[in-house]
Amino acid sequence: MKASTTDPLDTERIRADFPVLQREIDGTQLVYLDNAATSQTPEPVIDTIAEYYRTYNANVHRGLHQLSQEASVAYEEAHDRVAEFIGASGGREEIVFTKNTTEAMNLVAYAWGLAELGPGDEIVLTQMEHHSSLVTWQQIGKKTGAEVNYIRIDEDGYLDMDHARELITDDTAMVSVAHVSNTLGTVNPVADLADVAHDHGAYIFVDGAQSVPHQPVDVEAIDADFFAFSGHKMCGPTGVGVLYGKRELLESMQPYLYGGSMVRKVTYEETTFEELPWKFEGGTPVISQGIALAAACDYLDEIGLERIQRHEHALAQYAYDRLTEFDDITVYGPPGDDRGGLVSFNLDSVHAHDLSSILNDHAVAIRAGDHCTQPLHDTLGTAASARASFYLYNTREEIDSLIEGIDDARTLFA
Amino acid sequence: MGLGSDMYRQQILDHYKNPRNYGELEDPTFSHTGENPTCGDTIRIDIVLADDEETIERVAFSGDGCAISQASASLLTEQLRGMTLTELHELDRDDVIDMLGVEISPMRVKCAVLAEKVAQDGAKIHTGEFEIDTTQTE
Ligand SMILES: Cc1ncc(COP(=O)(O)O)c(C=O)c1O
Repeated sequence: MKASTTDPLDTERIRADFPVLQREIDGTQLVYLDNAATSQTPEPVIDTIAEYYRTYNANVHRGLHQLSQEASVAYEEAHDRVAEFIGASGGREEIVFTKNTTEAMNLVAYAWGLAELGPGDEIVLTQMEHHSSLVTWQQIGKKTGAEVNYIRIDEDGYLDMDHARELITDDTAMVSVAHVSNTLGTVNPVADLADVAHDHGAYIFVDGAQSVPHQPVDVEAIDADFFAFSGHKMCGPTGVGVLYGKRELLESMQPYLYGGSMVRKVTYEETTFEELPWKFEGGTPVISQGIALAAACDYLDEIGLERIQRHEHALAQYAYDRLTEFDDITVYGPPGDDRGGLVSFNLDSVHAHDLSSILNDHAVAIRAGDHCTQPLHDTLGTAASARASFYLYNTREEIDSLIEGIDDARTLFA
Repeated sequence: MGLGSDMYRQQILDHYKNPRNYGELEDPTFSHTGENPTCGDTIRIDIVLADDEETIERVAFSGDGCAISQASASLLTEQLRGMTLTELHELDRDDVIDMLGVEISPMRVKCAVLAEKVAQDGAKIHTGEFEIDTTQTE
């Protein structure tokens, strides 16, 4: 029986699904708080991968033998499952499997951007973009002569929407924004930004790497033209990401990777390409990973994304409250209760890398560094920060372990 | 306890909290800066050579960053005084790690070797062996 959307999560039962959470680091129970970097993998997903290799491993779209047929059906249906998961009513034709979010971003930047952009065009990003979008569009801007502008953030880490409306003009061709910031935890008003973009005839690319794993997402309600996310951050395997694109847009675009699998008829002179989405999946695709990603969607849906969101939200709020108790800790991002499930911070006297090394002694895994948002860190006035990020299996006790580790670091460095 | 707290033995914490030879020299024979862009560690090293143009007479460092990078710089400056440039170039990452006297986790080695690399690059720029603006360790 599926739980109601408001029932609290039974973390003890959920934790039993994740074998790696049983690990000890030098005799201490692992506390894994680096979920924004990559999430852990539950048994049903691991089993799906093992079952594929144990029973029907074969190349897809090609062979007529039994294994290839089974693999092809499972791989193709995985696209439908992912489409359903994010509310893409066009089904598999709107879902391209890539290596990760970064590759999905590059696919659009190359296949659409290089063809469509030129001097006089503008690309609008935000100051909180991950390098996967920031560096990609910055470099496409250099190649095409398109100008790149950044929507400012305010002191609390929210987007300055007045500035957004100023920057997005009839010259804007693409608006590329993170749905949830991986550093600040800010949840951006992407549907509003989509409206602004569309009012000016621009497209919007929403980077959902930090939203899809943690909250219900409906790409059509957002009215995103493109949307991307990574399997490894949502209980799925590494090596698979997803590009959603509106069908007519994907149809109008030229392929990104040429080669086998993406073609229909090839002569020495000419080639006609496969239909969507295969036209964008050149070469042997991410077969086991794609099938396992569908299993991850099943796993998350079974538990319920509203419940996961509530759970993480409560954890993030608890962490925020505990961390802000200390005068020597700076916490970044929105002060309110509208943040995603992560908290970035700095302990005044201890560099984030030293803090992370000391926390490792407490078997507490956090991220320390620039989190692939160097320009944002410059804006925040720090080179690096520490980040604790939560998922469905985390508990308040684990946040208490984090705080104890921080106490220890403070004492050591006093 | 794991690698982390072993890494923060008294010596490192002492050099981090009370860095030796910290500051800038007035007329350095050469001065060079380096960084770890991802950590935000920065180190500047100033060196005054003796009249033989070979022996390090005075050395100072300044900078900002994690305990490992700053303590390594402090420890290094203590060793450099009296050393020749040839000896400086013979130093490698193992020497730096020996000097620190602790095991350094693989991800932190670049912090530990930053100061050494800055000193070596600075010397090479001084003797015209190569030309760069800043040293980076990755
Ligand atoms: C907001 C955001 N965008 C993009 C990415 C890139 O994801 P990947 O490294 O899987 O391409 C990440 C994660 O690292 C992220 O947090």
